[in-house]
Amino acid sequence: MKKLSARRRHPLAAVVVLLLALACTGGLYVLLAPTSEAKADTTAQSLAIDEGKKLYAVGCASCHGTGGQGTTDGPSLVGVGAAAVDFQVGTGRMPAQQPGAQVPKKKNIYSQAEIDQLAAYISSLGAGPNVPTEAQYGPEGADIAKGGELFRTNCAQCHNFTGKGGALTHGKFAPDLEGVSPKHIYEAMQTGPQNMPSFPDTTLSEQNKQDIIAYLDAVNGEDTESPGGLELGGLGPVSEGLFGWIFGLGSLIAVAVWVAARTAKAKKS
Amino acid sequence: MSSQDIPEENLPAEQSAGHNDHGHGAVGVADEKNPFADPGLPPHEHRIQDIDERAARRSERTVAMMFVLSMLATVGFIVSYVAIPHDRTIYVFPIGHINALNFALGLTLGAALFLIGAGAVHWARTLMSDEELADERHPIEAEPEVKAKVMADFKQGAKESALGRRKLIRNTMFGALALFPLSGVMLLRDLGPLPGTKLRHTLWSKGKLLVNMNTNEPLRASDVAVGSLTFAKPEGLEEHDHEFQTEIAKAALMIVRIQPDDIKDKRELEWSHEGIVAYSKICTHVGCPISLYEQQTHHVLCPCHQSTFDLSDGARVIFGPAGHALPQLRIGVNDEGYLEALGDFDEPVGPAFWERG
Amino acid sequence: MSTETTAKDSRSREKAPAGERVADWADGRLGIYSLAKANMRKIFPDHWSFMLGEVCLYSFIIIILTGVYLTLFFHPSMNEVEYHGSYVPLQGQLMSEAFNSTMHISFDVRGGLLIRQIHHWAALIFLAGMFVHMMRVFFTGAFRKPREVNWLFGFLLFVLGMFTGFTGYSLPDDLLSGTGVRFMEGAVLSVPIVGTYLSFFLFGGEFPGGDFVARFYSIHVLLLPGIMLGLVVAHLILVFYHKHTQFAGPGKSNKNVVGMPLLPVYMAKAGGFFFLVFGVIAAISAIASINPIWSMGPYRPDQVSTGAQPDWYMGFSEGLIRVMPGWEINFWGHTLVLGVFIPLVIFPLVLVAIAVYPFIESWVTGDKREHHILDRPRNVPTRTAFGVAWITWYMVLLIGGGNDLWATHFHLSINAITWFVRIAFFVAPVLAFVITKRICLGLQRRDKDKVLHGRESGIIKRLPHGEFIEVHEPLSQDALHTLTAHEQYVPAQIGPTVDENGVERKVKGSEKLRAKLSEAYYGEEAQIPKPTVEEYKEITSGHGHH
Repeated sequence: MKKLSARRRHPLAAVVVLLLALACTGGLYVLLAPTSEAKADTTAQSLAIDEGKKLYAVGCASCHGTGGQGTTDGPSLVGVGAAAVDFQVGTGRMPAQQPGAQVPKKKNIYSQAEIDQLAAYISSLGAGPNVPTEAQYGPEGADIAKGGELFRTNCAQCHNFTGKGGALTHGKFAPDLEGVSPKHIYEAMQTGPQNMPSFPDTTLSEQNKQDIIAYLDAVNGEDTESPGGLELGGLGPVSEGLFGWIFGLGSLIAVAVWVAARTAKAKKS
Repeated sequence: MSSQDIPEENLPAEQSAGHNDHGHGAVGVADEKNPFADPGLPPHEHRIQDIDERAARRSERTVAMMFVLSMLATVGFIVSYVAIPHDRTIYVFPIGHINALNFALGLTLGAALFLIGAGAVHWARTLMSDEELADERHPIEAEPEVKAKVMADFKQGAKESALGRRKLIRNTMFGALALFPLSGVMLLRDLGPLPGTKLRHTLWSKGKLLVNMNTNEPLRASDVAVGSLTFAKPEGLEEHDHEFQTEIAKAALMIVRIQPDDIKDKRELEWSHEGIVAYSKICTHVGCPISLYEQQTHHVLCPCHQSTFDLSDGARVIFGPAGHALPQLRIGVNDEGYLEALGDFDEPVGPAFWERG
Repeated sequence: MSTETTAKDSRSREKAPAGERVADWADGRLGIYSLAKANMRKIFPDHWSFMLGEVCLYSFIIIILTGVYLTLFFHPSMNEVEYHGSYVPLQGQLMSEAFNSTMHISFDVRGGLLIRQIHHWAALIFLAGMFVHMMRVFFTGAFRKPREVNWLFGFLLFVLGMFTGFTGYSLPDDLLSGTGVRFMEGAVLSVPIVGTYLSFFLFGGEFPGGDFVARFYSIHVLLLPGIMLGLVVAHLILVFYHKHTQFAGPGKSNKNVVGMPLLPVYMAKAGGFFFLVFGVIAAISAIASINPIWSMGPYRPDQVSTGAQPDWYMGFSEGLIRVMPGWEINFWGHTLVLGVFIPLVIFPLVLVAIAVYPFIESWVTGDKREHHILDRPRNVPTRTAFGVAWITWYMVLLIGGGNDLWATHFHLSINAITWFVRIAFFVAPVLAFVITKRICLGLQRRDKDKVLHGRESGIIKRLPHGEFIEVHEPLSQDALHTLTAHEQYVPAQIGPTVDENGVERKVKGSEKLRAKLSEAYYGEEAQIPKPTVEEYKEITSGHGHH
């Protein structure tokens, strides 16, 4: 309510609108432009695929096979789509450093342009979900409350009620969602990285995904309000109990020691 | 406990200290015979405030200042209550973005109370006498004469009541007293209906469509991709329905699609539709909505008590405290391509109970 | 003792100041002077650990005060309503009136959030305080005659506090607590024969139904607190009646109590401490959030969040249920749900294990005397070891109850933690027992050494032949007395098995057991004989002690 209207008046709102306008204009242009331009576009596309293939050969082929067909060390990438590549490489999960229960996120070593080239190459192996656009994951038109309900139905069981993460079997875990970009969250829902199940558009619509992302931004964003004070990790009663024991009872015992202690005696001269 | 008594000689001797009772404040004199004897209370030593009036005045001022600050804090509480809007957010390092009113009210209230307490304690510690005193203890047990008197009185009373002699009165009274609480127990009967077979049935029945919880639309088989996770409710059950909570507590469904080759359990494959399997979302342990599905291992974990089920093998329990597999719902596809139930669950969903069998 | 001089004769009454006249009025009807005579200058010993009970008493009062305030706004109803308060991420969501009114208290009643947080923080601290208070009483042996009944009152307060807490945090009907209530339903269902009926009676039908919030409400605000209030009063009366225990020291004996008088010192300190406790809890409620139900959302039986845990005092039962293997026996059309029922049975046993200990100990010692001097834990190694073993047991279960958070925060496997707890449940208490007993004996030896050879002064002296020694200073008589004031029991013997006529008597099994236990408690292995006067004299006078 207040937040939404505040967001509409946000200084960046104008920029978002401008970007949307630009995107629309660009789209119109592509539709209306002569075919020779379109051909140039496909050339650019094939160039990107070539570049992507080179990057793939260096960074990915050892596990996923030279043609992306998969090996014992890594699954086949045919048909995973650009969204999967953008997520896995963009969050630094791929290329994986060492085998383990789960490949964790780490610092991303590729530029966005290189990631796009890799994604173009992988998409050329077989069709799959595309990288979502800002219009798909942006806050515009999202219903935060509906997103909350969807989050509690589909996501909270693993990621905790405000996305703080949680444990899975044998050392696997659902990561904390704080600081994960809306695009990557969208891609994760769409593609189901590692052991996370996918939530394709057929069962969790684009609007649903947008709602979820808006909810997460509201409850697990940088300036999310925690009305009561320290959030204590947002983990529920365990951290509250620890805090109550250490700081609550702890400070009361400290006070009790002061109350019961004997007052200093005057020094005998 | 037990009537066996330990012979006196096995109990440790009373402390010698207990016998030589020094008056309080007596200065201990080293006892030549017993160096461990109780020297008595150490002499009282004065505090600075006891001998230096200036120090005492300082203490007085400190105490008074705490009381004054407490008053100011209460004023601050009232001002905060009136002045700060209840939805104002402020950033306080290192706490974060918090509600300004809660913060202000809590701190002023805390300060007002704490300072009253601190003032009182400081007063007690520095200005009130700190000379230790000793109180005598008296045995809790009554003297033998008292006990004898009580016993005699009781016997007299019991005799006068003739309770022991008039057995008819005694027995009927006990009978009446024992029976009347039954009416109280009876009154509890209407706390709830009898279970009947309610725990055995859910809203699912033959032909009911599987409705996607997210979109509130019926699910098509083609909607469900391999590796995806979807939750469904029976057609016709809406969130606004009066019985929604109670019905969804049993009917909630978890739908995943597994490559048919990966399904190890024969019945599971039969009850699926081209690898789409529908399992109860309610854990068979104590009823948490289980749904932590790992799409590569096909394991599903309960977030409450970590029961783990293998969805590719008839949802049998592979870890944790659950006692039996998740019930599977037999599904098919109708003429229009929508997923439908082919009947109710063939066993009760959720936690096990005595009559489950 | 000015109170005694108060004249009862009517002649002086007219001249008496107003305060005195009021007191006279009250005395004529309530007999307050006789009460005050015994209690106004009653002595209380000063020690910080004696104030743990006060922490509990005061947080209990704070809980009642804030709880009454909350009832003014809370609607214990499960009717579904749509949310239209100030919290955006729940706009338009369906929720019970209970949840809705809790949201209203938190966001739209000024100071409501503060009172809610004080109520909940005070509850956590109340239970934590009772736990520590109980351990203080346990480890110092303050539960011995004549205080066994008060020990039981305190224990009951702890158990009732747990359930008052459980019914309390279930009231907002949020996703987390609703999951806890669902667990409770599952646990009730597991009870053989009557479980299903109990569950239907408790919930007014199938779970969740529309009744449990209202039912929990009357249990939470009326039934349990009423019983607790009565127990608290009884507990305090007994504390007054028995007079407080004290640690051994110069001038302190089993027949006196040394400390400060109730009026004025203790009244100021104890009264002030109430405000200190309230102040600290209010400040904590200003800076730390507790039970943010708006983050969890309203309860829906088909939704859940990971990290579903109860408040800390129920954590050990959560541990029990999490690490139990899933045993289930089906026979003759019935199901015995051992995987849930066994933890349900062990849950009270964990608590009872510590509650009955005083009676076991008094049976083993056969000691029927009153004890008012506290033990130092090291001087009763077996009791101390038992207590530490129990705490270890409890902690192991707490770890089990939070196994998922351990897993994510320490990068461990949840399955490995569960297995660790399963093994530690049996092994850890035994290890803790053995280790604690050894430590206690070591400390006893050190005390003995100190008494006989004096305190290490830290001054190193070089002897003429080049040897370095540390100068030991003899202890003051105060210290000597304090270190040797404890009693040491002699193991109980079975006694002659043949009576004076040479006829063999039958030795009862219980007698044998007691002799065995007594040997374990007080045998050579279990305590270091405290130094005797002879030993001391021999060492201090025999050869020139350094």
